[in-house]
Amino acid sequence: MITEPLILSIKLAAVVSALLFLIGVPLAGWLSITRLRWKFLIEAVVALPIVLPPTVLGYYILVSISPDSILGSMYLDVFGSALPFSFEGLVFASILYSLPFAVQPFLASFESVDPRLSEAAWTLGASRLKTFLTIVIPSSVQGLITGGVLSFAHTLGEFGVVLLVGGNIPGSTRVVSISIYDNVQALEYEQAGQTALTLLVFSFLVLSVVYATNRRVWAIWPKHF
Amino acid sequence: MGDMAKTLLIDIEKIFPDRRVSMRTELDLATSWTVLFGPSGAGKTTILRCLAGLEKPDYGEIRYDGETWFSSNGPSFVPPQKRRIGFFFQDYALFPHLSVRGNIRYNLTGTPASDKEARVEEMIETFGLSGLEERNVRTLSGGEKQKVALARTLCRRPRLLLLDEPFAALDTPSRIRFRKELRALLDGFDIPIILVTHDRTEALSLGDRMIVMDRGMVLQAGPITEVFSKPNQKTTAGIVGMENVFPGTLTEKRDGLALVKVKDVLLEAVDIGLTPGQVMVGIRAEDIILETSEGARSSARNRLHGTIKAVMPEESLVRLTIDCGFPIDALITRESREEMGLEVLTEVTLSVKATVIHLFPH
Repeated sequence: MITEPLILSIKLAAVVSALLFLIGVPLAGWLSITRLRWKFLIEAVVALPIVLPPTVLGYYILVSISPDSILGSMYLDVFGSALPFSFEGLVFASILYSLPFAVQPFLASFESVDPRLSEAAWTLGASRLKTFLTIVIPSSVQGLITGGVLSFAHTLGEFGVVLLVGGNIPGSTRVVSISIYDNVQALEYEQAGQTALTLLVFSFLVLSVVYATNRRVWAIWPKHF
Repeated sequence: MGDMAKTLLIDIEKIFPDRRVSMRTELDLATSWTVLFGPSGAGKTTILRCLAGLEKPDYGEIRYDGETWFSSNGPSFVPPQKRRIGFFFQDYALFPHLSVRGNIRYNLTGTPASDKEARVEEMIETFGLSGLEERNVRTLSGGEKQKVALARTLCRRPRLLLLDEPFAALDTPSRIRFRKELRALLDGFDIPIILVTHDRTEALSLGDRMIVMDRGMVLQAGPITEVFSKPNQKTTAGIVGMENVFPGTLTEKRDGLALVKVKDVLLEAVDIGLTPGQVMVGIRAEDIILETSEGARSSARNRLHGTIKAVMPEESLVRLTIDCGFPIDALITRESREEMGLEVLTEVTLSVKATVIHLFPH
C-alpha cells in the first residue's frame, strides 16, 4: 500500500540526484570558470524552477516531451515508448525541477575554493581539467553533499510537476505526494496520515544524518536559499 | 663558458582600471637572485604573475632564452602549465586536502614512477621534512608550510623560480632564521630566482641584482650595492633608504662588537648575532660626521681618513662623496660645509658610530 509509492519516490529521488551530479558538476564547474558575458542568462535559466509555480514548469515540460514535439518524437523513435506519464518522463521533469538545488550549492562551493590553489596547480603543470578534478572538487565536498541532499529532498517532495507530467499510475508515476493527495480525495485520512508520517520521519532522518556528519552544511545553505 | 648568456626579456605593460604597471628590462639568468623591490602597490606581484602566465599583459613581450612566452603582436601566449617555472605564493597555496607528501608529489608527470618517489624523498630530506610526510598540511607551522611549498615547487626542477614575498607570513624571529636557510638551500639548486619583497633587509640579505619599482614603474635596476649606494633619483633613494652599501667580511667578534673588513679598512659595528663571513654593510649618509683635523678623542668607534671627491648640493644639505679606500657618501648642512671650507680634494676624517653601521648577512 504505502510502501510502493514510498519506494518509487526514493527511487526517483536517488536516480535524479545521481543524474544531477553528472549534469550539475560540469555545469557548475563551467559556470565557475567561464568569463562568458552571457553567463548570467544561463544562471537565470538554471534558477527559474525556484520561482516558477510547479504547474507552469510542468506544463512546459509536458508540452515539450509530448510525442508531437521534437524531443518527444525523437524519444519515441529511439525507445519505442512515450515520455509523458512514464517514470522516465518523471525523471526528466525532476532533473529540470531540482537543477538549481544541485547547481547552486555546487557553484557556491567551487567559487569559494581559493583561486590561488588552482593557480598553484597550473604552475605545477596541471591542466585546467586536472586542476578542477584534483583540487577544486576535493575542496568542495561539503557543497557537493549539500547539493546532493537538497536535490534528493526536493525531488522527494515534489507534487505539482509530477501530477502534470506523470499523472497517477501505480508503480510507475504514483509517488508518495500523489498517493497522499489521492487518499485525501478519497477521504482515506488514516491512510494519508500514515504515508505522510512515513515521509516526514524519513526526510527528517536523512537530513539529520547529513547535517550531523557534515556541520559546515549549515554555513552554506541558508545563505543561498 | 662559450655559450651565449641566457636572458629573460621582460617588456610588458598591464593596464588596470585605476593604474598601469610596466616593466622593460633584460635579466641575465646566470645571476641567481634578482630582487623586485618596492613599496606595496608598486606592481611587483603583477609583474611576477605575468612572468608566471597567471596574468596576461596588455602589451609587449616576454622572452625566456629565445622562447616567446608572451607577445602582443601576433598573439602568442604560453600558459603557466607550459612555462616550467616555479611560483611560490605568499600564503603558500598548499593543497589543504593533501598530505605533505601529496603536496610535494602533486602532478609529477613525465617522470618514471621509481624516479618520482626518489625525487620526492630527496625533497623531503633536503627540506628537513622527514617525519612530517603523512601530516595534513593544515596542521603545520608557518615555517614548515613554507618548506613544503618550496619543496613542491622545486621537485619538478623549474627553469625559473618566482618567489612572492616568501617570508611575509612568518613572524620576525622565524623570518630571520628562514632567510638564512633559504639562501643556503636554494643555492644548491642553481636556478635563477626572482624575489618580490618590500623588506629592505630581505633585499640586502638575498639579492644580487635589484629592480626598484614604484607606482607601476621601474625606477632603477642594477647590482644591489649600486642601487643602494647610487639611487638614480630621489624617489629611489627614498624607497631604498640607505646610501652607503658595500660588501664586507665579518672577521671577528668581541665584546659585543663585530669587526668587518671593507677593502683595507676595518669597521666596528654592533654585533647583531651574525656568523663570520660575507656581509653587506649599510651606513646612511646623514649618520656620518666629518672633521677636518685629526683632533681630540671621540666616542665614535670608527675614524676613517679620506679625500673629498665630489660635492653635490641637495636642497638645504650637501652630499659629499669621500674616497677612503672605497667611496662613501656623507650628508651635511650647507652651513657646516661653509664653516669647514670643504671642497673637492680636502682631506677629512669621518667619524662613524658603531651603532649606525648596519650589517646584513649575505
